[in-house]
Amino acid sequence: MPAISFQSVSKDYPLARGAKGASFRALDNVSLDIEEGEFFGLLGPNGAGKTTMISILAGLSRASSGRVSVLGSDVQADYAAARLKLGVVPQELVFDPFFNVREALRIQSGYFGVRNNDAWIDELLESLGLADKAHANMRQLSGGMKRRVLVAQALVHKPPVIVLDEPTAGVDVELRQTLWKFIAGLNKQGHTVLLTTHYLEEAEALCGRIAMLKAGRVVALERTSDLLKAASSHVLRLKIDGELPADLAPLARVTGRIVQFAAHDVREIEGYLAAVREAGLVVEDVEITKADLEDVFIEVMGGRRTSGGGES
Amino acid sequence: MNGWQTLLYKEVLRFWKVSFQTIAAPVLTAVLYLLIFGHVLENRVKVYDSISYTAFLVPGLVMMSVLQNAFANSSSSLIQSKIMGNLVFLLLAPLSHWAWYFAYVGSSVLRGLVVGGGVFLVTVWFADLSAEAPLWIVVFGVLGAALLGSLGLIAGLWAEKFDQLAAFQNFLIMPMTFLSGVFYSIHSLPAFWQGVSHLNPFFYMIDGFRYGFFGVSDVSPWLSLMIVGLALLAAAGVALNLLRTGYKIRS
Repeated sequence: MPAISFQSVSKDYPLARGAKGASFRALDNVSLDIEEGEFFGLLGPNGAGKTTMISILAGLSRASSGRVSVLGSDVQADYAAARLKLGVVPQELVFDPFFNVREALRIQSGYFGVRNNDAWIDELLESLGLADKAHANMRQLSGGMKRRVLVAQALVHKPPVIVLDEPTAGVDVELRQTLWKFIAGLNKQGHTVLLTTHYLEEAEALCGRIAMLKAGRVVALERTSDLLKAASSHVLRLKIDGELPADLAPLARVTGRIVQFAAHDVREIEGYLAAVREAGLVVEDVEITKADLEDVFIEVMGGRRTSGGGES
Repeated sequence: MNGWQTLLYKEVLRFWKVSFQTIAAPVLTAVLYLLIFGHVLENRVKVYDSISYTAFLVPGLVMMSVLQNAFANSSSSLIQSKIMGNLVFLLLAPLSHWAWYFAYVGSSVLRGLVVGGGVFLVTVWFADLSAEAPLWIVVFGVLGAALLGSLGLIAGLWAEKFDQLAAFQNFLIMPMTFLSGVFYSIHSLPAFWQGVSHLNPFFYMIDGFRYGFFGVSDVSPWLSLMIVGLALLAAAGVALNLLRTGYKIRS
């Protein structure tokens, strides 16, 4: 039984009032199974539908068509069972200003029908570096601390399936390390983890399998290692003193003066170098490296590569 | 505690933690009404024979406080959670619409009764008051608070900003409570306005509640009970349906 199953899921949002009958398709016939024990990454640019998928999974939103289940429990028909198996860390940094950290965790336990949960709450506080904040009011916590509390709140009922929606957005390096160590530990213990993130190096390091979403569709769904293998094997990295001509610009990943071209072999690399020289640009630095997930991501999003067996 | 009991506990804790604002302030307001209106009108207005105006006023003020605070509790809690975004903690939990309803309305009833009790304890010293039929006092206190708690739940779900909620409160709840016979007997009104008052469900709550103290009222307490009971059933039905379908909280 898959830990998470999306079967032909679509989601249409009605457009603003006035535009009668018109709607925006946020998810378009998405099917995806995540097996128990996986560490799964859901990637895609803003607006691709990542949060919509997670909202439907968590019951915050309803699919327009299709079925979603958590360990066999339908998220609509059998919502209570599905939610008991699911721990969700929301993307927004939300909190209840009336309570301190321990109260918030006790209350969240109660919603899930867990009584006398203090031993597990203490363990969570300890693991997330919150032990000395147990009696601090939520308002007094820094953003990073609030994020940790959100993680703890998602785990009070020891859910077998954990969903993290961009948990490291705007979070400092130290917390990211703590958080990943903790989540990786839970995954080792058998918890299934579904993660969305903008930090592709995190996804590359942590996720065994990755799905890429673009405009509401799954455009890649593979093991992370296969994705990397199938990608252009090399990246030509140049530091140049001017702007790329119009015919080269769409092929490159540009960061200020640094431009990177994905290349499959030496001939392609030579071709790019020649084109840059021809454009009259002075190259100050040249480097050839192995492709990483970001290169794959750009290739996939640019439509130069599609999912399926791997090769394109 | 199971899910709905935890939510009830959380909702009670929420108003208890800010009790200056949620309990003490409305008690003080009611006492000021009593002092001012009682002083000005004591010897000018005769409502029922043998009952002083101040004594007449006390149950009305108690019930008005019960109703307004029951409404304020569920509506302000919901809109705050919606605007702060922390409603998500509830939305992620395996709570049924019944659990939401009983927790939000239960805490509203409790706050209404606590404030009403406070108003009673302070104002009763100013009036010679007896309880002719105490069961009616309890019945109308609880049903009225539950009705307004349910209306607050509906308003809190519907409103998207504080402004809309304030409009609901100031243009609907406030006029209906003030025009329900808290400060006067509707028999003192011209026939037309008496008729209008009979269309106001708040009138029956105040009138039935007052019957519990004096054993006299403008209409029979059984009629009031029926109307308040039906209004509560209707409001509860609407509120439960909105919660079940996730109106404005689940997209």
